[in-house]
Amino acid sequence: MTKLFARPSSMSDAEMPYCPGCTHGIAHRLVGEAIDELGILEKVIGIVSAGCSVRSWCLYRFDMVLSAHGRSPAVATGLKRALPDNLVFAYQGDGDSAAIGLAELMHAALRCEGITVFTINNAVYGATGGQAAPTTLIGQKTTSYPSGRDPSYAGYPINMAEVLASVSKNSYVARVALNNVRNILKAKNAVIRAFKTQEGRLGFSFVEMLSACPIGWRMTPLDSLKWIDETMIKQYPLGEFKVPKGLEP
Amino acid sequence: MDKIDLLSGNEALAQGAIRAGCRFFYGYPITPQGELFEYMARRLPEIGGTFLQSESEIAAISMIYGTAAAGKRVMTASSGPGISLMQEGLSHLASAQLPCLVVNVMRAGPGLGRVRPSQADYLQATRGGGHGDYRTIVLAPASAQEMADLAFEAFTLADRYRNPVMILCDGMLGQMMEPVALPDPIDPKQLPPKPWAVTGARGRGRNLVLSAPYTDDEMIALNVELKSKYASIEVHEARWESRFLDDAELVVVAFGTSARISEDAVSKARTEGLKVGLIRPITLWPFPRQAFNIFQKIQAYLVVEMNTGQMLEDVLLAKRGDVPAFHFGFGGGWIPSTQDIYRELVEAYERKGTL
Repeated sequence: MTKLFARPSSMSDAEMPYCPGCTHGIAHRLVGEAIDELGILEKVIGIVSAGCSVRSWCLYRFDMVLSAHGRSPAVATGLKRALPDNLVFAYQGDGDSAAIGLAELMHAALRCEGITVFTINNAVYGATGGQAAPTTLIGQKTTSYPSGRDPSYAGYPINMAEVLASVSKNSYVARVALNNVRNILKAKNAVIRAFKTQEGRLGFSFVEMLSACPIGWRMTPLDSLKWIDETMIKQYPLGEFKVPKGLEP
Repeated sequence: MDKIDLLSGNEALAQGAIRAGCRFFYGYPITPQGELFEYMARRLPEIGGTFLQSESEIAAISMIYGTAAAGKRVMTASSGPGISLMQEGLSHLASAQLPCLVVNVMRAGPGLGRVRPSQADYLQATRGGGHGDYRTIVLAPASAQEMADLAFEAFTLADRYRNPVMILCDGMLGQMMEPVALPDPIDPKQLPPKPWAVTGARGRGRNLVLSAPYTDDEMIALNVELKSKYASIEVHEARWESRFLDDAELVVVAFGTSARISEDAVSKARTEGLKVGLIRPITLWPFPRQAFNIFQKIQAYLVVEMNTGQMLEDVLLAKRGDVPAFHFGFGGGWIPSTQDIYRELVEAYERKGTL
């Protein structure tokens, strides 16, 4: 019997530690598939930190680090400067990257640090129960702003990919969505291109992934996927915002 | 080791660290650690090392976390306000059991404070400093020679115990120039490999460096492991220097700059015939309780610190018998003179045995 579909060999047998309908698992799988296809398991080092993905180090078979909330771009910098021939990626949530760790992420981007950052944008803090994130949409209800995000009171959402593309001179910056097969295939391509940017020493690489949080959004999984299409992408358009010189199309 | 150089404490410390094989320095500018920082900025690139000015002390200690996880010797230097920001990272380094050196060139606090020499951060350094239940090894040099020696040795201790090490000094020790015999240099390539480091899973199973385990049971097990490690450090690594204890009836206890000044006051008192001794802790954690074990003649202690009474707590815990421990010191950048300490010492000498 021929096996047509299996876990990527860079992934372990551990169970996905996520809620039903969450698309973190898709993101992890795409990272695993990209590592398999690029054949980089022996030189890749991943970093995770606080948030829903805090235990995702158990999902892989390569070297991993767990560090403080928001600091993984700085930790990745310390790893990459010590091990320039390895490939170092940070896997962050949007609270991790866009709130508490904005300075570390921004300055890694400004230095064009040769690291890769994947950030899950699900517009809420999932692990702590659905509070507002910097990425929460205007009007979106969360447990910390129960009547919805009012920009006159709580400010505006941050478009991470556009911001980083505007400050990072040598970089690959893309936004993808994990809500349907077409978008997932594009997302995988972006993950591969991010790693290739690092492997080719072409600069900093960043992929923002629009991801569903049905529990945090108080929606069914299907409605969540639809909400990404109909609402989230309007605020967060998909595409490549920056491609470094030397990265093939 | 036979060549003698005239070096500032800052440069002695930097050279001691480099000779220990440290090739990575991440830091954020703050007075009064500027000379150390700038020496590393000039020197490390010349010898193939990495110096990076970070966007904050939080980022600096996180970069240290990354480089230490990769198995390399790495350090930073800062002062009070910056060290406070590093406490997050120090807690994570302690949890993940990563070795590194953090130098605190202490300044007066609290708050932004002022930059004059101070010993205000004793309790912060010796009680862990950040959240959770952990300890850092804390070393307190009192001369340019010790700045070099303890920086060198800090990396040995950090690697031996897989634990952050802190050096507590101040701007006076950093600026003071003294003859120094530097330790023989170590080629970082010759250092023993660290089989736990994350370097890519080539030819081995994968390695993990984690500042949180997966389960509650593992969290308790980690704390049990740390407790046993700290107990071993307390037994094996306590260091101190003592003088004139054989007949001392009053013992001055001081570390770093205040110990250096106290030495003169104690010598002066000895020439006047006063039976005075000195205990100078070199490790502040582990506190050298052993130094307080054996002396029957001691009738009082005088703790001299450039703060409002911090090491005093450790002396009160360590001293044997019902003898008083007086404190002499102020925070805020106050520096005692030999005369100040001598005067206080004579007063304590007269009060001893009367309480």
